Amino acid sequence: MTIRRIFSGPARLAAIAPLVWLTLFFLLPFGFVLKISLSHTVIAQPPYAPLIPLTGGFEALRAALAQLDLGNFASLAADELYVMSYVRSLVVASASTALLVAIGYPIAYGMARLPPARQPLAMMLVIVPFWTSFLIRIYAWINVLQHDGLLNRVLLALHVVDKPVVWLSTDTAMYLGIVYSYAPFMVLPLYATLARMDVSLLEAAADLGCSRLKAFWLVTLPLSLRGVAAGALLCFIPIVGEFVIPDLLAGSERLMIGQTLWLEFFTNKDWPVASSIAVVLLAVLLLPLLVFQRLERRSVEGGTR
Amino acid sequence: MRARALAGLSAFNAVSLALGLAFLYLPIVILVAYSFNASRLVAVWGGWSLRWYGELLHDRAMLDAAWMSLRVGVCAATAATLLGTLAAVALARGGGFLGRTLMSGMLYAPLVMPEVMTGLALLLLFVAVDAERGFWTVVIAHTTLTMCFVAVIVQSRLAGLDRSLEEAAMDLGCSPARAFAAVTLPLIAPAIAAGWMLAFTLSLDDLVIASFTTGPGSATLPIRIYSEVRLGVRPEINAICALVIVAVALLIVAASLITKFAGGSRDAAAPL
Amino acid sequence: MIEPTTTTTSASATASPLLRIVAVTKRFGGFAAVDALSLDLVAGEFFALLGPSGCGKTTLLRMLAGFETPDHGAILLDGEDVAPVLPHRRPVNMMFQSYALFPHLSVQDNVAFGLRRAGLPKAEIAARVAEMLALVRLEGFERRKPDQLSGGQRQRVALARALARRPRLLLLDEPMAALDKKLRQSTQAELKELQRRLGTTFVIVTHDQEEAMTVADRIGVMDRGRLVQVGPPRELYETPASRWIAGFVGDINLIEGRVVSREGGRLVLALPDGGATVMALCAGAGRQDAADGCIAVRPEKIRLAPADSAAGEGAPNRLAGEVVDVTYQGSVSLYRVALKGGLVVRAALANASRAGVPDLGPGRAVTASFAPEDGVVLEA
Repeated sequence: MTIRRIFSGPARLAAIAPLVWLTLFFLLPFGFVLKISLSHTVIAQPPYAPLIPLTGGFEALRAALAQLDLGNFASLAADELYVMSYVRSLVVASASTALLVAIGYPIAYGMARLPPARQPLAMMLVIVPFWTSFLIRIYAWINVLQHDGLLNRVLLALHVVDKPVVWLSTDTAMYLGIVYSYAPFMVLPLYATLARMDVSLLEAAADLGCSRLKAFWLVTLPLSLRGVAAGALLCFIPIVGEFVIPDLLAGSERLMIGQTLWLEFFTNKDWPVASSIAVVLLAVLLLPLLVFQRLERRSVEGGTR
Repeated sequence: MRARALAGLSAFNAVSLALGLAFLYLPIVILVAYSFNASRLVAVWGGWSLRWYGELLHDRAMLDAAWMSLRVGVCAATAATLLGTLAAVALARGGGFLGRTLMSGMLYAPLVMPEVMTGLALLLLFVAVDAERGFWTVVIAHTTLTMCFVAVIVQSRLAGLDRSLEEAAMDLGCSPARAFAAVTLPLIAPAIAAGWMLAFTLSLDDLVIASFTTGPGSATLPIRIYSEVRLGVRPEINAICALVIVAVALLIVAASLITKFAGGSRDAAAPL
Repeated sequence: MIEPTTTTTSASATASPLLRIVAVTKRFGGFAAVDALSLDLVAGEFFALLGPSGCGKTTLLRMLAGFETPDHGAILLDGEDVAPVLPHRRPVNMMFQSYALFPHLSVQDNVAFGLRRAGLPKAEIAARVAEMLALVRLEGFERRKPDQLSGGQRQRVALARALARRPRLLLLDEPMAALDKKLRQSTQAELKELQRRLGTTFVIVTHDQEEAMTVADRIGVMDRGRLVQVGPPRELYETPASRWIAGFVGDINLIEGRVVSREGGRLVLALPDGGATVMALCAGAGRQDAADGCIAVRPEKIRLAPADSAAGEGAPNRLAGEVVDVTYQGSVSLYRVALKGGLVVRAALANASRAGVPDLGPGRAVTASFAPEDGVVLEA
């Protein structure tokens, strides 16, 4: 027995409550999603036919399993609306992630190269907007982007344009909103990796004949790829399922999958289809989710900074 | 010397940093400024006025929603802090135990899981067990979501803690439980406080999950704001948003002051 | 330096030992960090566990503190087996390598921490804290937090905190590793003085042989989980039990050759090149049958003279060679001399005058010699 064990006994007991909670309110609900994605739509309350009778014993269970309805998934695959929504979500998420890397990297790099005394302040400045409500920040952009908003008035005053530009309900506005909202999620992991990097590595590279650009390319960039990966996953996965930003800033002719799900659920009241959408979405995101979880666990449990 | 070697980069750095920060803050500043606009027309500046704040006082629905959000936030953040801290302690100090992989999986997945999915899943659960949707279902949903953030913050603080501090406490006569209470807990307290704060603001912020899990008549503030925002920009909305921003800012300042006076180490205030 | 009056073997026989470690084994996975190790400590001694990193010395110390439990064997403190006793119930305290000062507590609260756990009355705690801080000369620092102290001051707080409970046994895990060299030397002297004054039994773990020799009454050298030699510093240095110990504790020349004779307590070796023979006293009978032998000589015990000098003519152990190079090291200069057979020996000559020894420069033909009683016969 070692000291670790002396502590690990009570520490394991501490796991019970969160484990029970997460099983009840995270794992189990996804079981329900799966179950309802396999049931029929009925117009009732709740709007689906109960599928597996919990009291019928094994025979009833077998009978129920035989009746499983994959029809919802078939209709997902057949209906262009759903397929296009998935495609659009993936495209938007990929493009936004690329934009975020392009914009977030210089910011993180700039922060990491500030004098050490000023870095906490810079980090604070990046984090604070993140503490402000997500919805409010999107709303702030609506203020700026609307037809007679500040942006159009500035552009008109500067004679860059001669009539107001339509910003709202466009993809441009949506990308702006996404980049704006997710920037801290990209900047912070990047900053963490870059700040940890030893400056003498760059000096060593310069000493060995690298130009500054070459040193960046050969030393800084490879060493920061982990941060890029963490930031990219941290952004990509939630953006795929994003609802608020496209709903408020993009046009309504092409929907992202989160919007489609919302629509099916709240407007069409088709819970089984909404559940099927969620199941497929989970399947699409499973790989990036697993990669993220592994990356994150290693970085937290990897010990000290 | 080091500073000089990097001086060439600093112009570029300064510009990218300044642009980045302007991008982050300008819309918020504009929003707050417009909340003091006397004119109902958002585009026209009608001079400074507190008119919209006054009108807010008469908006019963908005006030109810704000009160609901506050109560949900406090309850969910407290429960999430408790559960998240327990989970962090188990992961950081429990060694390998049965269910560890499952738990860390369930802790990290909600961090990035699209909110529509978490919301939908929880709603289906509540419907299945026939729970009455309202205040408590939102609290449960927000606790589930935010305990993961608390766990990550507390766990990284625990992982950074010198294990020999606990050993020293035991060496000086503390039982393991006593050592945890006398040494470990005070040292991770700033992280726990930061975790509570983050959980509270996340709860205050959440629209999607609350929309799924709440019932009729118990709208949270974001739900209320969202339904107004869909109809376009209104000065009253600017005012309530400005109030929320100020409240959160005050909370952050208070938290950083608390951690500073608590004498915790410098990195403790970092919320992520 | 104080020579203990008892030697290794008699220590356990005469005084009843404070601590008996009996055939203790600790495995991590398949690896035996401590391997069937036995050791007795008498009350009041300053014992050093010396060894390279990974030899198991810290594991042994942590078993004494109670942070690890032995897989086999017993740890008897005052005759009572403490192996299953949890750390907080042992009359043993430890000073950690990282000091492990509680960053959220002031200096006085750190020192009082263990006293409060022991439930001492308030007044006595205050008195004891003051006494301890006076002992480590930190009066006036009571209200400081650990991060407002220098490295040396932190080290002294850690010492005061560990001593405050008046432990039967104080364990020190590399206590000077974080100090710079100058500070380390003065701290070693203070620690030694403190231990003598308090009479508490100290066990220090270190990888620094100079530190071990400076502070300890007895040193146990560990290698791969075992104690390979236990004895006072002088014994360890002058009569190492094996080539490994001889090389680990200080610098040494190993002269190997064929055994010519082994009579009258003298071992005579013929060097490989044929001509020269070396001779050293050997105490025990040794391995009578071995055809090859090894004589070890410390560099400072080798004398050098110009080859044409007649001094010492006819004495044993005169080896002809040529100076390869000279390294000036301040108090001594180190000469490397290539002997006829190709063996290079190192000789350390004190720089007794500022001019040095001009006629022993590189390339000079010299005679290296040592007294038979200065050579050590190594069998292992």
